[in-house]
Amino acid sequence: MAMKKSAGERVGITILAWLVGFLIFFPILWTFLTSFKSELDAIAMPPKFLFFNWTLENYAEVQQRSNYLKFAFNSVVLSIGANLIGLLIAVPAAWSMAFAPGKRTKDLLMWMLSTKMMPAVGVLVPIYLLFKNLHLLDSLIGIGLVLMLLNLPLLIWMLYTYFKEIPNDILEAARMDGASLFNEIVYVLTPMAVPGIASTMLLAIILSWNEAFWTLNLTTSNAAPLTAFIASYSAPEGFFWAKLSAASTLAIAPILILGWFSQKQLVRGLTFGAVK
Amino acid sequence: MGSIQLKDVRKAFGAVSVINGVNLNIENGEFAVFVGPSGCGKSTLLRLIAGLEDVTSGEVLIDAKDMTNVGPSKRGLAMVFQSYALYPHMSVRNNIAFALKMAGQSADVIDQKVRKAAATLNLSDYLDRKPRQLSGGQRQRVAIGRAIVREPKAFLFDEPLSNLDAALRVQMRVEIGELHEALKTTMIYVTHDQVEAMTMADKIVVLDRGSVAQVGSPLELYNKPNGLFVAGFIGSPTMNLIKGAPAAKRGAETIGIRPEHADISTTAGEWQAKVRLAEHLGSDTFVHAEADGMGQMTLRLEGEAPLTPGQTIYITPRETHLHRFDKDGRRIN
Repeated sequence: MAMKKSAGERVGITILAWLVGFLIFFPILWTFLTSFKSELDAIAMPPKFLFFNWTLENYAEVQQRSNYLKFAFNSVVLSIGANLIGLLIAVPAAWSMAFAPGKRTKDLLMWMLSTKMMPAVGVLVPIYLLFKNLHLLDSLIGIGLVLMLLNLPLLIWMLYTYFKEIPNDILEAARMDGASLFNEIVYVLTPMAVPGIASTMLLAIILSWNEAFWTLNLTTSNAAPLTAFIASYSAPEGFFWAKLSAASTLAIAPILILGWFSQKQLVRGLTFGAVK
Repeated sequence: MGSIQLKDVRKAFGAVSVINGVNLNIENGEFAVFVGPSGCGKSTLLRLIAGLEDVTSGEVLIDAKDMTNVGPSKRGLAMVFQSYALYPHMSVRNNIAFALKMAGQSADVIDQKVRKAAATLNLSDYLDRKPRQLSGGQRQRVAIGRAIVREPKAFLFDEPLSNLDAALRVQMRVEIGELHEALKTTMIYVTHDQVEAMTMADKIVVLDRGSVAQVGSPLELYNKPNGLFVAGFIGSPTMNLIKGAPAAKRGAETIGIRPEHADISTTAGEWQAKVRLAEHLGSDTFVHAEADGMGQMTLRLEGEAPLTPGQTIYITPRETHLHRFDKDGRRIN
């Protein structure tokens, strides 16, 4: 039987939850606040929290020094583009695994997942050389391809679990109604799986937006997304904390806003199927 | 027009044989019911006819054409599923229209046919609703509407009434029967409910563990079951099967007498028994009795019979309605 929590317990748990939430959010909050400080205030000891001279000079300098919009454009194109193409591949793949599994399907799914377990640096050299020889370095197509391949296992896995939730007899009804395989996927399966596809895409876009390893290694200026933008503010001479904070804030703002507005979808997407 | 033939159809899932050589002829316009206990293969057989499963061997012919290797979308059949299988993201109108859209018919023709089907099934007021806004009975009608509008060669029903309450089931049974009268299209109906089988069928196919036990009209199966399995399956409450002396006396290994074909007396009769329980339904009384040396028996009396537990009664079977079975469980005529 469920125990009724006393008022005191509920208050205690609420305070704890807020504390944990604050702790998790703190780095982002600190970055945001630091972006409005002067460089001196940024490294002051003891650290200044809210009471300092708020200034916009960091943002002005960041915007002057580098073309934020170009980096942002690249991030948007890469995150959305790479994952849209990934989706085109993942939907049929997940369909075949969910509705026409073979003896090796489970093995295949496990193998795909296992590729995500390997440290990326292990294949850095071969991929770099491949890209160099194919003239794909610092190109949107090149890095887009890598981002797509990085997310493909995730896309297929998440779509697979969504498709498995769809009652098979609805698809059989479509077949009896004369739908070809293509029609079945377009008119019945996809509309029913749209919430799942949306959650999957959201997660994939966020992951691609934040992907730093390959974007930093395979791009320099043309195809560089916001990750490279932030990295360009960490110089060997030392860290310009205030400017770095301003650059970071500019880089994460779009995705933070997207995440905020789609949090319901995201949560649903990540927990779907966990509770029957 | 809608005749279906199965020639030595077999289906195995890996090493497990589910359908063992079924031969069947269903005439155009017939209402055939596949009935049998859970796991006997009736739904599998229906799905083999629909094309949703492939046969392991044998042939499926529709209108004398070999459709064994033809996909379900091209067999010209329509299926009504137990779970209705409506498209949840489409309105009732679009659910019914989907097949016509797949067939590439024009918008006008589709609209006209959808309206006609909706009118037949009393769905005209619900055309713009989504399935989740409908009751169980309404959803079932949409599923039927979706099938009707295709004007198929045959309708396949897979336990369509199982999810409905008792009163609605009776009503829908009548409606499906009337639909058959109106359309005169072949219908194949799968059910485990033998009341549905007896009331709706022109022809009943009783299945037992993947094989056909008997095929015949409802009354044929009721009056002349060809073996113990069919005798015990058709008829509710089940036929009383008696072995030992009463059977040997009549030249059989087992004799069977239906609950309604025996007379009960409180004074004299062939078999003495003690009443265990009397169930009073108002229209009938079911008497469960322990007969001396013969085990449990169930009897049905019309109207109200004032019998009480512990009472001694005498049971006399009506000889003309007695069934005799040999040692292999087959009927002796």
